[in-house]
Amino acid sequence: MAKESSSRRDFLKGAGVAGASVAAAASGIAACTPDVKTAANAATPEAASESWLILTPQQAAFFTAAADTIIPKDALSPSGSESGVPVFIDRQLASAWGGGDRMYRAGPFVKGTPEQGYQLPLTPHQFFVAGVRAADAWCEKTYGKTFDRLDQPKRDEALTAMQKGTAEFDGLDSKQFFAALLTINMEGFFADPIYGGNRDKASWRMLGFPGLPATYAEQVDEYRDKRYPMTEPQSIADFS
Amino acid sequence: MVTKLKEVDAVIIGQGLTGVTMAKELTMAGLTVVGLERGPDRRPQEEVVLPRIRDELKYNARKELMIDNAVDTVTFRNNSEQTALPIRRWGAFLPGEGVGGTTNHWGGLHWRFLPADFHIRSEITQRYGASAIPADMTIADWPVSYDELEPYFDKFDKLCGVSGKAGNLKGRKIAGGNVFEGARANEYPNPPIKTSAGGLLFAKAAQEVGFHPFPTPFSAPSQSYTNVYGIALGRCEYCGFCGRNSCEANAKATSATHVMPVLRNDPKYTLRTRAFVKQINYDKQAKKVTGVTWIDMKTGEEYEQPAGMVILSAFTLGNTHMMLYSGIGEPYDPKTGKGVVGKNYCYQFEANGTAFFENKVLNPFMGSPGDRIAFDDFNGENFDHSGLGFFGGGYIVGGSGASPPIAGRQLPEGSPQWGAEWKKQTVKWYYGAMDFNTQGSVYASRANYLDLDPTYKDAIGRPLLRMTYNGTDNDHKMSRYLLSRLEIVVKAMNPTSYSLRPRPRNFTIVPYQSTHNTGGTMMGSNPRDSVVNRFGQSWDAHNLFITGASLFPQQHGYNPTGTLGALMYLTTDKIVKDYIGKPGPLVHA
Repeated sequence: MAKESSSRRDFLKGAGVAGASVAAAASGIAACTPDVKTAANAATPEAASESWLILTPQQAAFFTAAADTIIPKDALSPSGSESGVPVFIDRQLASAWGGGDRMYRAGPFVKGTPEQGYQLPLTPHQFFVAGVRAADAWCEKTYGKTFDRLDQPKRDEALTAMQKGTAEFDGLDSKQFFAALLTINMEGFFADPIYGGNRDKASWRMLGFPGLPATYAEQVDEYRDKRYPMTEPQSIADFS
Repeated sequence: MVTKLKEVDAVIIGQGLTGVTMAKELTMAGLTVVGLERGPDRRPQEEVVLPRIRDELKYNARKELMIDNAVDTVTFRNNSEQTALPIRRWGAFLPGEGVGGTTNHWGGLHWRFLPADFHIRSEITQRYGASAIPADMTIADWPVSYDELEPYFDKFDKLCGVSGKAGNLKGRKIAGGNVFEGARANEYPNPPIKTSAGGLLFAKAAQEVGFHPFPTPFSAPSQSYTNVYGIALGRCEYCGFCGRNSCEANAKATSATHVMPVLRNDPKYTLRTRAFVKQINYDKQAKKVTGVTWIDMKTGEEYEQPAGMVILSAFTLGNTHMMLYSGIGEPYDPKTGKGVVGKNYCYQFEANGTAFFENKVLNPFMGSPGDRIAFDDFNGENFDHSGLGFFGGGYIVGGSGASPPIAGRQLPEGSPQWGAEWKKQTVKWYYGAMDFNTQGSVYASRANYLDLDPTYKDAIGRPLLRMTYNGTDNDHKMSRYLLSRLEIVVKAMNPTSYSLRPRPRNFTIVPYQSTHNTGGTMMGSNPRDSVVNRFGQSWDAHNLFITGASLFPQQHGYNPTGTLGALMYLTTDKIVKDYIGKPGPLVHA
């Protein structure tokens, strides 16, 4: 199975090239829709400059704004989008995982109790598409603007409302959406950079996580209660 | 159209830890063996290598090595009033698939149950009176004793290359080891894993408050080691990625590296992967099984594999499902308490905690599950339960390390989960967090059981297994007591802050808690109360044997693998020595 994932990555690399032309065509369409284009350009230059495998420009703008709110730029690290978190999300949602691979998808679909876990018929990609749309609709109703066009205090406020579940989404639980959004942001920020996030190993530098090769049998004695001398974190690509 | 294959001496369902080892032992005894594995083959030299294996997203977050939920899963509900719903992607527990099974990704904590655990019902009755055991607590004595299992525990230690420190050698207590453990004939095959900085702090504090700390036994060599099958194993590298990942050092025990290299090319052995067994074929009149029917998940074609003997070695849940679907043994009915298949299902009752130290450098990224320190003062009947209002217990463990960055970041309670302040706190505490665990027992309850789901089906049209489970009052009280004992040690370490996390009232299938599912095909001394006898032999078909934690009458306060490994060797030994020469029931009840 590990082997399949490797070829999945190769596939994604290839798809990235093809994806560029698809995205270019898509932005051509977007250009006819002034609202979307303005939104993407005004709030999120990062989102506009990427080529996306599966995200629409508006979804990319949402994820970019969310990543920068969840992981703001400061002295400790670059922002979520500067670290590539939206790229990570795009690739994950376009991956087999995002498409519901290795997921039990037969009905009947019943809401169930919280203890019974996720019971929606949606794949992760479909769930996030629905969630972003619902979040933007709620932001428009509440603030008159989509999430990506809000100023920072309002973005904080909006995400807090979703986290608490007080943001009333149409047909979706905002708390559940926020939990999934937070998880995928953390994965993107902290995963190995081969997945498109954690650019320049920004989060590993921030934490002091040395990365690979992680063979410490000879070091454990020496570094008990003593800082490990990390110069430059190493990732999978550094050894490939 | 079913293709009938050539009969073999034995067919084994599941090529995980016990299935592969059983195949090795039976071929050594001269039998022809077919091993059927639902998942893929696993080629450690190709797949489990640096740098690709250090991928926390793929293995930990996306759970690469687990059973494919698109093919099947289990449904879950807290009680029989509710409608069970499918686990759509694994959460609370993680059964693996592929050659090596769940041992490809296990944490490697390698324990033996206590001598008294094997006669727990009698022990409690003797100490506290027969009326002390609640009516709905369906705990039972095991049909084997610790002493009978000791040689098999020992052999299993030598298969895995376990590292640890004995606390009881032939009855002689040894300080620094677990003085509560049953007598060992031999020291562990390898010295303990080096203790982490956090483990040392924990050991010192536990000692100060009067408990008996020792290094956690770990199922990997701490130095080069040649195992019982002559395979040269590597040593633990303290990589910090152990929990859901395979070991590139060939150290952590899995049958993929610790057995398969000397089995794979044996002409008496045939391995079939992506071979999904549909049912065991059962001749009820003859009280025998005739083989299995399986589906090739590469082509969809169905095969019948006739065999003189069937060994059922799937994961706990798969074992019970196979018995129920194949119609072997009477299904358990919680209303009447009658029937046995699906009875005494248990789910390990773990509760955790974290302490934060402002001025400690615990290097959380380097480490091994074996670098922690445990104490066993509050396990099983190691302590007096008079007046406590519960039975059972568990070992308590603490230490630092093995915290990769996606899942391994701990924050003090009430810290923000995102934003600038979250980041500050994350950086502040990454090097100073220490984790604790209490490995609580589960004393089986009449209300908790496994049966077939009436609604949901797997990819080949069989009903899914249905799990009805919730924590009992007894187990909640036990768990809170363990946390209160842990708290004594945590306070003695004088951390900047700490939090202990009691289990929520209701069991939930998210998030991850423990993969220790036990019971469902319990062993016992008679067919009215159990599915198999002391040798894992079915009461309903003498040529059907079961291995794994599904045999446990209840779950004790330890990780299950050490004990299920010993049971597997007992079964193997009995088959080779007695059953092959004279097939028939090995126990007359």
